[in-house]
Amino acid sequence: MREEPTPSQKRGLTGINGALALIILLLIVQIWLISATLETYLAGFFEAALPAAIVSGLIFLACAGLYLFIARLDSEARG
Amino acid sequence: MKLFRQPSSEPLWRDEFSVFAADERYVSRRQFAKFLVLTSLAMFVGNLWILVRSWFSRGPAYPAETVARLDEIPIGGVKLFPYPTPKEQCILVRTGSNDYVAYSQKCTHLSCAVFYSGAKNRLECPCHNGAFSVRDGSVLQGPPRRPLPRIRLERRGDELVATGIHLRQEV
Repeated sequence: MREEPTPSQKRGLTGINGALALIILLLIVQIWLISATLETYLAGFFEAALPAAIVSGLIFLACAGLYLFIARLDSEARG
Repeated sequence: MKLFRQPSSEPLWRDEFSVFAADERYVSRRQFAKFLVLTSLAMFVGNLWILVRSWFSRGPAYPAETVARLDEIPIGGVKLFPYPTPKEQCILVRTGSNDYVAYSQKCTHLSCAVFYSGAKNRLECPCHNGAFSVRDGSVLQGPPRRPLPRIRLERRGDELVATGIHLRQEV
């Protein structure tokens, strides 16, 4: 029974922690973005909706990419 | 290079809820990352929803409605009128013999009704002491960040007609 992580698993965990921190940062930016866009929309201005949607999509793609990175590390570490 | 874990012969629940502490660290982090990415997807969908709504809201058609006769109010006088719907009050101010301005009466801070202060020649909000310029509706003081929406006025004969609303960004 493996209770303690091997050195390679520890390195993998460090990578996963870093990716998780990046995802959280991106998510904070995305939450701010949607709240600012909503406030602008409710104030009657519609110009910000398109660039905000594009940036939000890019942030989502970045998050998805980081998730794939985490899944790959998981795959390599656990086999 | 494998991108995902290959499905094992073990049941999914046994794979995802490992009894090994070393594996559990990976599984919990990966599941947390999946939750965060799904949250990110929800934010993206929310932004798309705002985009679709703004496409449908673009270019609202405002009706042309007579709001007052030219000699109806004295210089420095005001008249309240509903525009563009009966539930939205606006305030018309006669600032000179031939000068009229009209704004939405709803304060851009928390939607209290603004009133015209003749002594200070400005529009004031009694709730949080916000004040707007009667000349262009810009913020003079207080918590509001956006100017008052200005009602477009046209003179047709001896009548003032509201033809639209001019929204402006915060300064």
